[in-house]
Amino acid sequence: MLLYVFRRLLTAIPTLFVIVTLAFFLIRVAPGGPFNQERGLSPEIKANLEAQFGLNDPLWVQYLHYLKNLAHGDFGPSYNLPDFTVGELFAKGLPISVQLGASALVLALLLGSLLGTVAALNQNKAGDYSVIALATAGSTIPTFVIAPIIQLVFGLTWRLLPIGGWGDGAFVNKIGPVLTLALPQIAIVARLMRGSMIESLHSHHIRTARALGLSDWSVVVKHALRGAVLPIVSFTGPAAAALLTGSIIVETIFAIPGVGRYFVDAALNRDYTLVMGTVVVIAIFTIVFNLIVDIMYAVVDPRVRYD
Amino acid sequence: MLKTMLKATVFAATLAVSAGAFQAPAFADVVYNRGSAAEPESLDPHKTSTIYEANVLRDLFQGLVMQDEKANVIPGAAESWTVSDDGTVYTFKLRKDGMWSDGSPVTAEDFVYAFHRLEDPATGAEYASMLYPIKGAEEVNTKKGKPEDMGVKAIDATTLEVTLKAPTPYFLEMLTHQATYPVSKASIDKLGADWVKAGKLVSNGAYTLAEWVPNDHIKLVKNPKFWDADTVKIDTVNYIPTEDRASAIKRFEAGELDSYDDLPTEQLADLQAKFGDQIKVGPYLGTYYYAIKTDKAPWDNVELRNAISMAIDRDFLAEKVWQNSMLPGYSMVPPGIEGYTPALAKYADMPQIDREDEAKKILEKLGYTPEHPLKMEIRYNTSENHKNTAVAIQEQLKPLGVEVTLLNTDTKTHYSFLEQKGNYDVARAGWIADYKDPETFLGISRKASGNNYSDFDNADFEKAMDKAAAAGGNPQERMKDLSEAERVLVDNVGNIPLLYYSYHDIVSPKLHGFVDNVMDVHPSRFISKD
Repeated sequence: MLLYVFRRLLTAIPTLFVIVTLAFFLIRVAPGGPFNQERGLSPEIKANLEAQFGLNDPLWVQYLHYLKNLAHGDFGPSYNLPDFTVGELFAKGLPISVQLGASALVLALLLGSLLGTVAALNQNKAGDYSVIALATAGSTIPTFVIAPIIQLVFGLTWRLLPIGGWGDGAFVNKIGPVLTLALPQIAIVARLMRGSMIESLHSHHIRTARALGLSDWSVVVKHALRGAVLPIVSFTGPAAAALLTGSIIVETIFAIPGVGRYFVDAALNRDYTLVMGTVVVIAIFTIVFNLIVDIMYAVVDPRVRYD
Repeated sequence: MLKTMLKATVFAATLAVSAGAFQAPAFADVVYNRGSAAEPESLDPHKTSTIYEANVLRDLFQGLVMQDEKANVIPGAAESWTVSDDGTVYTFKLRKDGMWSDGSPVTAEDFVYAFHRLEDPATGAEYASMLYPIKGAEEVNTKKGKPEDMGVKAIDATTLEVTLKAPTPYFLEMLTHQATYPVSKASIDKLGADWVKAGKLVSNGAYTLAEWVPNDHIKLVKNPKFWDADTVKIDTVNYIPTEDRASAIKRFEAGELDSYDDLPTEQLADLQAKFGDQIKVGPYLGTYYYAIKTDKAPWDNVELRNAISMAIDRDFLAEKVWQNSMLPGYSMVPPGIEGYTPALAKYADMPQIDREDEAKKILEKLGYTPEHPLKMEIRYNTSENHKNTAVAIQEQLKPLGVEVTLLNTDTKTHYSFLEQKGNYDVARAGWIADYKDPETFLGISRKASGNNYSDFDNADFEKAMDKAAAAGGNPQERMKDLSEAERVLVDNVGNIPLLYYSYHDIVSPKLHGFVDNVMDVHPSRFISKD
C-alpha cells in the first residue's frame, strides 16, 4: 500500500509538469496582457513595466525562468497586486477557502448521507418524496440566488448573521458562505446516497443478513451503508478539490478574501503568475484527493487491493 | 450543581463574546468602515493607477498640494509656493512641522528622490507621465536623459524648486495625483520591496497603514505625527472592498459599511426611493464615448460619422439603459471644469425626431437605406451596461438603414485590440479625468496619443491644441483655445461622445464632511462620524 502511494506521488510530478507547461503557454495565447486597460499606456511606459516583470524576454526564457523559480517554491510576484507575491496571496487566502470548503463538505456528507438513507428506507413514501423534492431544489437553484436570499433573510430581516466579510474568521461570518456552498452538495450527496442505498438494500448479502434475523439498525448501518457509500467516496474526491479551492460566486457575494476569485480574476486580468499559481494549486488538490479516494476504496471495499 | 453553574458561565461568556462581535464598545475609537467597489492594486504611490488606490493613498500621504473636501487644491506638504513670471519655475516652501510617521522630517530631498523614482524606468510607473511637464522628466523615463538633469532641485531642506518645460497652468492640479506623492528614501533603502507592507510603510499623511488583508480590508490608523493631526476626527478607517454591488448595499443597510463608492445602477430609482438623500449622484469628470475609425472607409466621411452620432438618442441611453446614473453627453469634455465651456455638438438642442430625419436624409444621400443598409460593427468590453447601450444603439440605427452587429470581448482583449490599431468600425471607450483640466480629455484625440483610438488626424485640431499649450501663461486665453480645439474635434466627429459619467455613492447620515464634487474625492481627514 505504501509503495502504491509512493508510486502514485511519483507519477504526479510529470503530470504537474505537463499541466504547468500547457497552462503557461495557453494563457499567453489569450489576446492582451496584464497592462492593457482603459487608460492606454505609452509604448515606453509599457516597455518599462514589462521589463520590470521580465515580460520582454523571449517566451521560452520566461518559461525556463518560471520553472526554475517554481522548483524553489517561488510563484513570482502578482502583476495586478504587485505589493504581494503569488505565494503570499495564497498563504493568506487558501486557509480561508479551505476552512469554508471543508466545513461545507463535511456538512454535505453528513447531512446528505443521512437524508439519502432516510429516503431509501422510505422508498416511494412521503419521506422519500420530500427528500427528492429538496434535493432537486437544492441542485437546481444556483448559488448566486441562494447567497443573496441568505443575506436578505438572516442578515437584513432577522439580523442574525453579518451580510458579508470575513471578520477575522468569526464563526457567524462563516455560516452564510458555508451554507451556500453546502446546499447544492447536500442535494447531490442525498441523491447519490438514496440510489446506492436502495441498490445495496436489495443485494444478496443484505437479504442474508435479514434472514439471519439481524436488527434493522444493524442491517442498515453495518452492512448496507458500507456498500452504499462507494459512489459517495468517488464523488468526494473531485468535490473536495473543487470546494477547498474556493468559489468565486460565494466569495464575491459574501466578500470573503479566499482564493476562489483568483481563478477568474487572474485570467481576466492576464495576471500570468497568479493564473499559474491557481493552476498549480488546483492540480495538486485534484491529484491528492484522487489518491485519497483510491485509498479510501481499499479501506471501504475489501475486494479492492493495491499491490 | 457546580457543573451546571460552570456550564451556565461558559454559555454566558460565549454569548457575551459573540455579542461583542456585533457591537463596538461605547468608549472605542471612531471607526469609519469605508466600502469600495474594488481592491487597490498597490499602495506604492509610484505603482498605482486606479481611483481605489488614489482614495487610500490620499489618506496615507501628503503631496506638495492636496485636495480639500470639495476637491479644490490646498497646501499639502508644501505650505506655500510661488510661480515665476513666465510660469515655468515653481518654488515650494515645505512646512517645517512636516513629518514622516517614523518621526523624521519631510524634506525637499524626499521630493527630489520621489520624483526621480517615479521617472526611473526601473520603477515601471504607469503614471510616470504625471510629471512629464517637468523639464527632463520624460527623457529620464524614456531612457533619453539622466535624473540629474531633471528640473527638480532641493534648494535647502524646506525649499523645492521645480522647473517645467513650458508653462503648464494645470501643473498644480496634476500634483494632486497620487503618483506625485513623496516616499521615504530611508525606508525604501532599508526594506527594499517590503517597504510598502502593512506595519512597515512610512507615510506622511493623516493616517498610517496598519493592516492589509487582500480582498478583505485595509486598516488605516490615525497618524499622531501628522502636522494637522488635531483636526483629524476619525481614528480608524477600514477600506472594505465589496465587489458585488448588491451585497454592498445590504452591508450598508445592516450598518457594516458607513459609505460605499458605487451602486447597482440598474436599481438606482428604487434605491433613491428607499434611501433618499443617502444616495449621492452628481456629475463626475468622465466621458463615455465610442471611438470611430476616422481613417477607414466609409467612416472617413465626416458627414456619415455625423449622421450616426446625430441619430443616437442619448436621452434614452441615460434614462432607460443607465437609469439616470449617466447624463446625455454631446462633448468630449464634460461640464464641471471651472472657466471652461465644453463645445457641444451642433445638434445637441435639436429634438430627437428632427435629428433622426436629418440623419436619414444624409444616409439616403450616401446611398444607405433599410434595403441597402450600411454595415457597422460595435466592439465593447464585457459589462451588462455596455451591452445594453450597444443593443439600444443597434435598435435606434436600424430604421435609418444601419445594420449594427455587436462584438463583445473581455476588457484586456478589447483594449489590446484598440491599442494595436486593430481593424474595427466603432469601439466603446471611456475617459476619467486624472486632474481637473480639459487637456486630459482633448489630449487623447491628438494624432500622437496612444489613446487616439479613432485615429483622428486633423491639422486644425492639432494647431488649436498647440495654440492652447503656447497660451499656457494666460489661463483665460488657453481655455478659449481649448474650447476651439474641442469645437473642431466635435464638428469633425473625432469620437462619438455618448454620456457623461456621474459619481454615485451611498453615504450614512452619520458621516459629515462627505461633500459632493466632480472628482468624487473625499479625504477621510475631513470626515467625521457621529
